[in-house]
Amino acid sequence: MTPVLLYALTGLGLFSLGLYALIVHAHLLRKILALNVMGSGVFLVLGGLARRVPQGAPDPVPQAMVITGIVVAVAATALALVLMLRVRAATGRTVLPDRQSD
Amino acid sequence: MHDKTARLTTDEYTQVAPVVRLVIALLVSAVAAGLAYAVSSLPLVTTGLQEAVAEQMAQSGVSHPVTAVLLNFRGYDTLLEMGVLLLALVGVWSLGSAPSSREPPPGAVLEFLTRFFAPLMILIAGYLLWAGAHAPGGAFQAGAVLGASGVLLLLSGWHLPASLAGWPLRLTLVAGLAVFAAVAAGVMWTGASLLEYPPQWAGGLILLIEAAATLSIGATLAALFLGGRPEDSP
Repeated sequence: MTPVLLYALTGLGLFSLGLYALIVHAHLLRKILALNVMGSGVFLVLGGLARRVPQGAPDPVPQAMVITGIVVAVAATALALVLMLRVRAATGRTVLPDRQSD
Repeated sequence: MHDKTARLTTDEYTQVAPVVRLVIALLVSAVAAGLAYAVSSLPLVTTGLQEAVAEQMAQSGVSHPVTAVLLNFRGYDTLLEMGVLLLALVGVWSLGSAPSSREPPPGAVLEFLTRFFAPLMILIAGYLLWAGAHAPGGAFQAGAVLGASGVLLLLSGWHLPASLAGWPLRLTLVAGLAVFAAVAAGVMWTGASLLEYPPQWAGGLILLIEAAATLSIGATLAALFLGGRPEDSP
Protein backbone atom coordinates (compact mmCIF):
# COMPACT_ATOMS: atom_id res chain seq x y z
CA MET A 1 0.00 0.00 0.00
CA THR A 2 1.45 3.31 -1.06
CA PRO A 3 1.30 6.34 1.26
CA VAL A 4 -1.09 7.98 -1.20
CA LEU A 5 -3.60 5.16 -0.84
CA LEU A 6 -3.08 5.01 2.91
CA TYR A 7 -3.94 8.70 3.30
CA ALA A 8 -6.86 8.50 0.88
CA LEU A 9 -8.35 5.39 2.52
CA THR A 10 -7.88 6.85 6.02
CA GLY A 11 -9.72 9.92 4.79
CA LEU A 12 -12.51 7.70 3.48
CA GLY A 13 -12.65 5.94 6.85
CA LEU A 14 -13.05 9.28 8.66
CA PHE A 15 -15.72 10.32 6.17
CA SER A 16 -17.67 7.08 6.70
CA LEU A 17 -17.40 7.24 10.50
CA GLY A 18 -18.67 10.81 10.35
CA LEU A 19 -21.52 9.83 8.03
CA TYR A 20 -22.61 7.05 10.40
CA ALA A 21 -22.51 9.35 13.42
CA LEU A 22 -24.40 12.05 11.50
CA ILE A 23 -27.26 9.62 10.82
CA VAL A 24 -27.36 7.83 14.15
CA HIS A 25 -27.04 10.67 16.63
CA ALA A 26 -29.92 13.03 17.20
CA HIS A 27 -28.05 15.51 19.39
CA LEU A 28 -27.18 18.51 17.23
CA LEU A 29 -23.72 19.02 18.70
CA ARG A 30 -22.87 15.46 17.73
CA LYS A 31 -24.22 16.05 14.24
CA ILE A 32 -22.05 19.16 13.89
CA LEU A 33 -19.00 17.24 15.12
CA ALA A 34 -19.82 14.42 12.71
CA LEU A 35 -19.98 16.86 9.79
CA ASN A 36 -16.56 18.20 10.80
CA VAL A 37 -15.10 14.69 10.90
CA MET A 38 -16.55 14.06 7.43
CA GLY A 39 -14.99 17.29 6.20
CA SER A 40 -11.60 16.36 7.64
CA GLY A 41 -11.84 13.03 5.83
CA VAL A 42 -12.47 14.79 2.53
CA PHE A 43 -9.49 17.11 3.13
CA LEU A 44 -7.28 14.09 3.87
CA VAL A 45 -8.40 12.41 0.62
CA LEU A 46 -7.60 15.59 -1.34
CA GLY A 47 -4.24 16.00 0.41
CA GLY A 48 -3.34 12.37 -0.22
CA LEU A 49 -4.35 12.37 -3.87
CA ALA A 50 -2.38 15.58 -4.48
CA ARG A 51 0.82 13.57 -3.82
CA ARG A 52 0.38 11.32 -6.85
CA VAL A 53 2.71 13.41 -9.02
CA PRO A 54 5.77 11.62 -10.44
CA GLN A 55 8.24 14.15 -9.00
CA GLY A 56 8.43 17.61 -7.53
CA ALA A 57 5.98 19.39 -5.26
CA PRO A 58 2.46 17.95 -4.89
CA ASP A 59 -0.35 19.11 -7.17
CA PRO A 60 -1.18 22.63 -5.91
CA VAL A 61 -4.83 22.63 -7.00
CA PRO A 62 -6.15 20.13 -4.40
CA GLN A 63 -4.07 21.92 -1.75
CA ALA A 64 -5.71 25.22 -2.62
CA MET A 65 -9.12 23.53 -2.43
CA VAL A 66 -8.31 22.20 1.05
CA ILE A 67 -7.25 25.65 2.28
CA THR A 68 -10.47 27.13 0.95
CA GLY A 69 -12.48 24.27 2.39
CA ILE A 70 -11.05 24.53 5.90
CA VAL A 71 -12.01 28.18 6.25
CA VAL A 72 -15.51 27.53 4.91
CA ALA A 73 -15.87 24.57 7.30
CA VAL A 74 -14.89 26.72 10.29
CA ALA A 75 -17.34 29.45 9.30
CA ALA A 76 -20.15 26.96 8.66
CA THR A 77 -19.46 25.26 11.99
CA ALA A 78 -19.71 28.58 13.83
CA LEU A 79 -23.04 29.32 12.12
CA ALA A 80 -24.29 25.80 12.93
CA LEU A 81 -23.32 26.17 16.59
CA VAL A 82 -25.17 29.47 16.91
CA LEU A 83 -28.22 27.94 15.21
CA MET A 84 -27.98 25.01 17.63
CA LEU A 85 -28.00 27.40 20.59
CA ARG A 86 -31.08 29.09 19.14
CA VAL A 87 -32.85 25.73 18.80
CA ARG A 88 -31.91 25.00 22.39
CA ALA A 89 -33.23 28.37 23.56
CA ALA A 90 -36.45 28.02 21.59
CA THR A 91 -37.38 24.40 22.31
CA GLY A 92 -35.35 23.53 25.41
CA ARG A 93 -33.88 20.53 23.59
CA THR A 94 -30.83 20.15 21.42
CA VAL A 95 -32.45 17.92 18.82
CA LEU A 96 -34.39 18.80 15.73
CA PRO A 97 -38.14 18.55 16.44
CA ASP A 98 -38.82 16.18 13.57
CA ARG A 99 -41.54 14.14 15.25
CA GLN A 100 -44.93 15.65 15.86
CA SER A 101 -46.01 13.46 18.78
CA ASP A 102 -43.81 13.03 21.83
CA MET B 1 -43.19 12.01 34.63
CA HIS B 2 -39.93 10.43 35.66
CA ASP B 3 -40.19 8.01 32.78
CA LYS B 4 -40.79 10.76 30.30
CA THR B 5 -37.80 12.80 31.45
CA ALA B 6 -35.55 9.77 31.24
CA ARG B 7 -36.80 8.93 27.76
CA LEU B 8 -36.26 12.48 26.57
CA THR B 9 -32.70 12.44 27.86
CA THR B 10 -31.81 9.27 26.00
CA ASP B 11 -33.67 10.63 22.99
CA GLU B 12 -31.29 13.53 22.86
CA TYR B 13 -28.39 11.27 22.00
CA THR B 14 -29.86 8.57 19.85
CA GLN B 15 -33.31 7.71 18.72
CA VAL B 16 -32.65 4.66 16.58
CA ALA B 17 -33.07 1.06 17.63
CA PRO B 18 -30.03 -1.26 17.59
CA VAL B 19 -31.40 -3.13 14.57
CA VAL B 20 -31.79 0.09 12.61
CA ARG B 21 -28.31 1.13 13.67
CA LEU B 22 -26.94 -2.14 12.33
CA VAL B 23 -28.69 -1.55 9.00
CA ILE B 24 -27.31 2.00 8.89
CA ALA B 25 -23.82 0.69 9.67
CA LEU B 26 -24.11 -1.83 6.82
CA LEU B 27 -25.32 0.85 4.39
CA VAL B 28 -22.52 3.23 5.41
CA SER B 29 -20.02 0.37 5.02
CA ALA B 30 -21.34 -0.18 1.51
CA VAL B 31 -20.86 3.52 0.74
CA ALA B 32 -17.34 3.32 2.20
CA ALA B 33 -16.54 0.24 0.12
CA GLY B 34 -17.79 1.94 -3.04
CA LEU B 35 -15.73 5.04 -2.33
CA ALA B 36 -12.66 2.95 -1.50
CA TYR B 37 -13.07 1.12 -4.82
CA ALA B 38 -13.37 4.43 -6.64
CA VAL B 39 -10.27 5.87 -4.96
CA SER B 40 -8.13 2.77 -5.40
CA SER B 41 -9.04 2.56 -9.10
CA LEU B 42 -7.56 6.01 -9.67
CA PRO B 43 -4.13 5.99 -11.32
CA LEU B 44 -1.43 5.96 -8.65
CA VAL B 45 0.85 8.28 -10.57
CA THR B 46 -0.56 11.21 -12.49
CA THR B 47 0.59 14.73 -13.12
CA GLY B 48 -2.85 16.12 -12.35
CA LEU B 49 -2.84 19.86 -12.88
CA GLN B 50 0.74 20.25 -11.64
CA GLU B 51 2.13 20.77 -15.14
CA ALA B 52 -0.63 23.12 -16.20
CA VAL B 53 0.09 25.25 -13.12
CA ALA B 54 3.87 25.11 -13.64
CA GLU B 55 3.50 26.30 -17.25
CA GLN B 56 1.59 29.42 -16.23
CA MET B 57 3.58 30.26 -13.07
CA ALA B 58 5.51 33.05 -14.83
CA GLN B 59 2.21 34.86 -15.50
CA SER B 60 0.90 34.55 -11.97
CA GLY B 61 2.90 37.28 -10.17
CA VAL B 62 3.94 34.96 -7.31
CA SER B 63 6.34 32.03 -7.11
CA HIS B 64 4.43 29.69 -4.81
CA PRO B 65 2.08 27.46 -6.81
CA VAL B 66 -0.60 27.14 -4.11
CA THR B 67 -0.88 30.92 -3.76
CA ALA B 68 -0.92 31.24 -7.54
CA VAL B 69 -3.84 28.80 -7.74
CA LEU B 70 -5.72 30.40 -4.85
CA LEU B 71 -5.41 34.05 -5.82
CA ASN B 72 -4.92 33.92 -9.57
CA PHE B 73 -5.79 30.76 -11.50
CA ARG B 74 -8.77 29.84 -9.32
CA GLY B 75 -9.35 33.33 -7.96
CA TYR B 76 -13.06 32.97 -8.58
CA ASP B 77 -13.31 30.24 -5.91
CA THR B 78 -11.48 32.38 -3.39
CA LEU B 79 -13.57 35.45 -4.21
CA LEU B 80 -16.77 33.50 -3.60
CA GLU B 81 -15.29 31.97 -0.47
CA MET B 82 -14.78 35.41 1.02
CA GLY B 83 -18.47 35.91 0.32
CA VAL B 84 -19.30 32.65 2.12
CA LEU B 85 -17.32 33.78 5.18
CA LEU B 86 -19.14 37.10 5.25
CA LEU B 87 -22.51 35.37 4.78
CA ALA B 88 -21.80 33.02 7.69
CA LEU B 89 -21.04 36.01 9.90
CA VAL B 90 -24.16 37.86 8.71
CA GLY B 91 -26.11 34.71 9.57
CA VAL B 92 -24.62 34.56 13.06
CA TRP B 93 -25.23 38.27 13.66
CA SER B 94 -28.81 38.06 12.44
CA LEU B 95 -29.56 35.49 15.13
CA GLY B 96 -28.97 37.94 17.94
CA SER B 97 -26.34 39.87 19.83
CA ALA B 98 -23.37 38.27 21.51
CA PRO B 99 -24.16 36.63 24.84
CA SER B 100 -23.18 39.17 27.45
CA SER B 101 -22.18 36.71 30.17
CA ARG B 102 -19.01 38.18 31.59
CA GLU B 103 -16.28 35.68 32.25
CA PRO B 104 -14.47 35.85 35.55
CA PRO B 105 -11.11 37.61 35.22
CA PRO B 106 -8.46 35.25 33.86
CA GLY B 107 -5.70 33.83 36.01
CA ALA B 108 -2.23 35.35 36.07
CA VAL B 109 -0.84 32.67 33.72
CA LEU B 110 -3.39 33.25 30.96
CA GLU B 111 -3.06 36.98 31.30
CA PHE B 112 0.73 36.86 31.05
CA LEU B 113 0.70 34.41 28.16
CA THR B 114 -1.85 36.50 26.27
CA ARG B 115 0.26 39.63 26.66
CA PHE B 116 3.23 37.64 25.46
CA PHE B 117 1.56 35.79 22.58
CA ALA B 118 -0.81 38.36 21.07
CA PRO B 119 1.88 40.66 19.61
CA LEU B 120 3.89 37.63 18.51
CA MET B 121 0.88 36.14 16.70
CA ILE B 122 0.22 39.40 14.89
CA LEU B 123 3.87 39.41 13.80
CA ILE B 124 3.57 35.80 12.60
CA ALA B 125 0.40 36.67 10.69
CA GLY B 126 2.28 39.46 8.93
CA TYR B 127 5.13 37.11 8.09
CA LEU B 128 2.79 34.39 6.77
CA LEU B 129 1.05 36.96 4.58
CA TRP B 130 4.34 38.11 3.09
CA ALA B 131 5.80 34.61 2.76
CA GLY B 132 2.75 33.41 0.83
CA ALA B 133 4.21 34.81 -2.38
CA HIS B 134 7.10 32.33 -2.43
CA ALA B 135 6.56 29.74 0.33
CA PRO B 136 3.71 28.01 2.15
CA GLY B 137 1.59 30.75 3.71
CA GLY B 138 -0.82 33.35 2.49
CA ALA B 139 -4.00 35.11 3.40
CA PHE B 140 -5.86 32.15 4.92
CA GLN B 141 -3.03 30.98 7.13
CA ALA B 142 -2.28 34.53 8.23
CA GLY B 143 -5.97 35.21 8.79
CA ALA B 144 -6.31 32.05 10.87
CA VAL B 145 -3.41 33.11 13.12
CA LEU B 146 -4.86 36.61 13.40
CA GLY B 147 -8.27 35.15 14.25
CA ALA B 148 -6.70 32.88 16.86
CA SER B 149 -5.00 35.86 18.50
CA GLY B 150 -8.39 37.57 18.60
CA VAL B 151 -9.94 34.50 20.22
CA LEU B 152 -7.12 34.38 22.76
CA LEU B 153 -7.69 38.04 23.61
CA LEU B 154 -11.44 37.49 23.95
CA LEU B 155 -10.83 34.48 26.20
CA SER B 156 -8.63 36.52 28.48
CA GLY B 157 -11.38 39.07 29.05
CA TRP B 158 -10.58 41.66 26.41
CA HIS B 159 -13.50 43.42 24.76
CA LEU B 160 -13.60 45.29 21.51
CA PRO B 161 -13.92 48.97 22.52
CA ALA B 162 -17.45 50.18 21.79
CA SER B 163 -16.06 52.94 19.56
CA LEU B 164 -14.60 50.27 17.25
CA ALA B 165 -17.57 47.90 17.30
CA GLY B 166 -19.60 49.93 14.81
CA TRP B 167 -18.35 51.05 11.42
CA PRO B 168 -14.63 50.28 11.95
CA LEU B 169 -15.39 46.61 12.66
CA ARG B 170 -17.87 46.32 9.81
CA LEU B 171 -15.45 47.93 7.34
CA THR B 172 -12.71 45.51 8.40
CA LEU B 173 -15.05 42.56 7.95
CA VAL B 174 -16.11 43.64 4.45
CA ALA B 175 -12.67 44.87 3.30
CA GLY B 176 -11.47 41.48 2.03
CA LEU B 177 -14.46 40.82 -0.19
CA ALA B 178 -14.73 44.47 -1.26
CA VAL B 179 -11.07 44.82 -2.28
CA PHE B 180 -11.10 41.44 -4.02
CA ALA B 181 -14.27 42.24 -5.94
CA ALA B 182 -13.00 45.74 -6.80
CA VAL B 183 -9.72 44.33 -8.18
CA ALA B 184 -11.53 41.51 -9.98
CA ALA B 185 -13.83 43.98 -11.71
CA GLY B 186 -11.21 46.74 -11.98
CA VAL B 187 -8.91 44.75 -14.25
CA MET B 188 -11.75 44.68 -16.79
CA TRP B 189 -10.94 48.37 -17.56
CA THR B 190 -7.72 47.16 -19.19
CA GLY B 191 -9.74 44.98 -21.53
CA ALA B 192 -9.08 41.78 -19.65
CA SER B 193 -11.85 39.53 -18.38
CA LEU B 194 -12.96 39.22 -14.76
CA LEU B 195 -10.05 38.34 -12.42
CA GLU B 196 -7.53 38.31 -15.29
CA TYR B 197 -4.73 40.34 -13.71
CA PRO B 198 -2.22 41.93 -16.09
CA PRO B 199 0.97 39.87 -15.49
CA GLN B 200 3.14 42.91 -14.65
CA TRP B 201 0.78 44.00 -11.86
CA ALA B 202 -0.28 40.55 -10.69
CA GLY B 203 2.18 40.37 -7.76
CA GLY B 204 1.13 43.72 -6.32
CA LEU B 205 -2.57 43.09 -6.85
CA ILE B 206 -2.34 39.68 -5.16
CA LEU B 207 -0.53 41.21 -2.18
CA LEU B 208 -3.20 43.93 -1.94
CA ILE B 209 -6.03 41.38 -2.05
CA GLU B 210 -4.27 39.11 0.44
CA ALA B 211 -3.59 41.93 2.89
CA ALA B 212 -7.25 42.95 2.92
CA ALA B 213 -8.37 39.30 3.03
CA THR B 214 -6.07 38.55 5.98
CA LEU B 215 -7.58 41.38 8.03
CA SER B 216 -11.11 40.35 7.11
CA ILE B 217 -10.58 36.63 7.72
CA GLY B 218 -8.96 37.29 11.10
CA ALA B 219 -11.70 39.69 12.17
CA THR B 220 -14.43 37.36 10.86
CA LEU B 221 -13.09 34.31 12.70
CA ALA B 222 -12.78 36.24 15.96
CA ALA B 223 -16.25 37.73 15.46
CA LEU B 224 -17.70 34.26 14.77
CA PHE B 225 -16.20 33.13 18.07
CA LEU B 226 -18.19 35.86 19.84
CA GLY B 227 -21.33 34.04 18.68
CA GLY B 228 -23.38 37.13 17.95
CA ARG B 229 -23.46 40.79 17.04
CA PRO B 230 -21.26 42.84 19.38
CA GLU B 231 -23.07 45.63 21.19
CA ASP B 232 -22.33 49.02 19.63
CA SER B 233 -23.49 50.96 22.66
CA PRO B 234 -21.59 50.60 25.93
